[in-house]
Amino acid sequence: MSSDERMDRRSDRDPGLPGPAPGDRQRPRGKRNSQGIRVDPEAEAEPDVRRTVISALVAHEPGVLSEVSGLFSRRQFNIESLTVGPTTDDDFARITLVVEEPDPGIDQVEKQLQKLLPVISVRELAPDAMRRELALVKVDATDPDQVSAVADMYDAKATDAGPETATFEVTGSRQKVEAAIAAFERFGIREAVRTGTAALARGPESTADYPAEFSEEDP
Amino acid sequence: MSDEATTASLARGSAEAEDAETDETATDVSTGAQAVVAALEAAGVEYLFGVQGGAIMPVYDALYDSAMTHVTMAHEQGAAHAADAYGIVSGDPGVCLATSGPGATNLVTGIADADMDSDPLVALTGQVPTEFVGNDAFQETDTTGVTAPITKDNTFASHPDEVGTDVGEAFALAGSGRPGPTVVDLPKDVTQGETDRTPGAPEPPAHYDVPGAADPDAVAAAARAIEDAQRPLLLLGGGVIKAEATDVWRAFATEHEIPVTTTMPAVGAFPEDHELALEMAGMHGTGYANMAITMTDTLIAVGTRFDDRLTGGIETFAPEATVVHVDIDPAEMSKNVEADHPLVGDAGRVGEQLTAAVESSPKAKKWRAQCQQWKSEYPMTYDAPEGEPLKPEFVVEAFDEATGDDAIVTTGVGQHQMWAVQYWTFTEPRTWVSSHGLGAMGYGLPAAIGARLAADDDRDVICFDGDGSFLMTLQELSVAVRENLDVTVAVLNNEYIGMVRQWQDAFYEGRNMAAEYGWCPEFDKIAEAFGAEGFAVDDYDEVADAVEGALDYDGPAVIDFRIDPTANVYPMVPSGGDNGAFALREDQL
Repeated sequence: MSSDERMDRRSDRDPGLPGPAPGDRQRPRGKRNSQGIRVDPEAEAEPDVRRTVISALVAHEPGVLSEVSGLFSRRQFNIESLTVGPTTDDDFARITLVVEEPDPGIDQVEKQLQKLLPVISVRELAPDAMRRELALVKVDATDPDQVSAVADMYDAKATDAGPETATFEVTGSRQKVEAAIAAFERFGIREAVRTGTAALARGPESTADYPAEFSEEDP
Repeated sequence: MSDEATTASLARGSAEAEDAETDETATDVSTGAQAVVAALEAAGVEYLFGVQGGAIMPVYDALYDSAMTHVTMAHEQGAAHAADAYGIVSGDPGVCLATSGPGATNLVTGIADADMDSDPLVALTGQVPTEFVGNDAFQETDTTGVTAPITKDNTFASHPDEVGTDVGEAFALAGSGRPGPTVVDLPKDVTQGETDRTPGAPEPPAHYDVPGAADPDAVAAAARAIEDAQRPLLLLGGGVIKAEATDVWRAFATEHEIPVTTTMPAVGAFPEDHELALEMAGMHGTGYANMAITMTDTLIAVGTRFDDRLTGGIETFAPEATVVHVDIDPAEMSKNVEADHPLVGDAGRVGEQLTAAVESSPKAKKWRAQCQQWKSEYPMTYDAPEGEPLKPEFVVEAFDEATGDDAIVTTGVGQHQMWAVQYWTFTEPRTWVSSHGLGAMGYGLPAAIGARLAADDDRDVICFDGDGSFLMTLQELSVAVRENLDVTVAVLNNEYIGMVRQWQDAFYEGRNMAAEYGWCPEFDKIAEAFGAEGFAVDDYDEVADAVEGALDYDGPAVIDFRIDPTANVYPMVPSGGDNGAFALREDQL
């Protein structure tokens, strides 16, 4: 096809539809933010991101962890940590998530998790929930006295010690674990591993409910 | 599955086997494959769409003795789309089958389509024997892994005793609550293995919960908001049709004289020739629907997930509206647009609740007049002068006039799809069958095959296709001819991937990279080679005869309409744009 012919077939030859142009139309005064919430058109504020713990009770079966982690990646939820482990009942496992999202995002995390069939129940834990993380930190053992002084400061237990390296176990809140790692930093950390947060609701409140139909069916 | 749950469901199964009613219909099974087939029969399945292959052969062998009709498709994508369309038209889950590996991966486009549009679809896939799984065996694909993000649920069948229950649960899940696709992956050893467990009627898993009625307090609050509205607008989504709630919402709209717009999957939920109808909103919605959705102060949105093709940029979507959102899926509440009144429940049940709760109609006479004025200001018109190239809108209208209100329209994806939805006047639910959320080119012809088998014989089935979309799945003509299916394919042929060409002209300075065929096969001759009837139309005066000839022909017919290649789709809201600033021609984009 020649370039003239191509130009002939160009779509600017399509006259389009009649009606007032965009600039000549009624305009609304309102506005929504990026979360779809109606806001003051003058204000530019976006909702604040907060960090929270979400606990999910799930059926203990193959593929659940990949379903949950797949959900987080495809919906672009920001998670800081995800831990999974058995409960006292062999049929169920508990997943603990630390999520960083604005409120509508946290709400979505809970609802989308709840939609997965193997997920039995989901709950956002209150700010006073008990949260613990464990870290193993392997440092150069060149200055054993100072290393153990730092370990004492953070209640860290020596789990391995040799002429070259020493490894400590630190347990506590995320802040405490991070402070301990920062303190060990000056001895030269060879490697470290963190478990992510495990959490339980405080007092008699339950963390994530076993649903009635399960307990009824179970003899 | 937990041991306890397994025991519970097996106990349920044997209890049902003892039931006299079940006994009459159920035949005793001896293999996993027979249990699969018996589960489908117990679910009332009439048609299966599929393609044979190594790992699924035991299931096909069991089908040899079944009264269900299996339609052998040319390609597994066609099987999935045909089953999907069968589900849309009939309201019952469509069922497709494929073998492992490439069979399963070829289904993926159709499964993803069903997931995006919440269509009820069950896909059964063969799998290599369990002992080979994980060894990269011949035709092995991790099907449950591949389909996890695009299914409502999927299952790897692990035992011949449970496989019938697996299939029953997949069927029940696909069709209940918010519908969607389910997959059961069937390893060959499981389907060949022995079992005497004859499955009963399909039941969802014990802990699967479907919301029914919405919270009465929330309904009351929403009712007050509707009574106080000055500019109320009803936005019907695909969930209205899926919930069989069309009548409830039609009555609600007419009772309170509330203007109605729809999403694309809900086309047909409200008669487009009604005075209150504003037709479809969104990217290629009408100007009047987009004005109304931009200016409304109370948006009653039912069974919609607020897709970006509907909302455009979220900042400018219904920015003054109090939103009453009715949906069966709680996760849709405030996902994209904040719901001031979230009503979680079945669209029909909640429609009845609101009908009872709204005590006085909103005072919106001025608003209705405004909507009427927008209808006259932004008419969907086109010029069709004799001697000029054929306008696609004219072809769509010619078919609409020549067929009844119950005619079914299927489409591929692109410009032709938009012309079909814009210029056909839809008045009935389950007559518009398209690939909305996924936008899968090639959907139209296999969908027409599925729709044809789901619909009564006296209804016409028209597939509007583009030249590009038709080229993707036209091998399914072999199925339409073999099964003697009365479908008409109207190819709106502009020798372009037309929607891409339109975007290139508008946003890429006319650099038509890879959108321009410049040459297409003669589709009428292709049809004839397949054994279908073929027509070619270049001019306006040939349209009526070809339409009549194709509709009268008892079997598949293809008309190659050589349309104006410069024709574009308007109105248009560019991706992420402001609905109220829709363009009526290219220089407004």
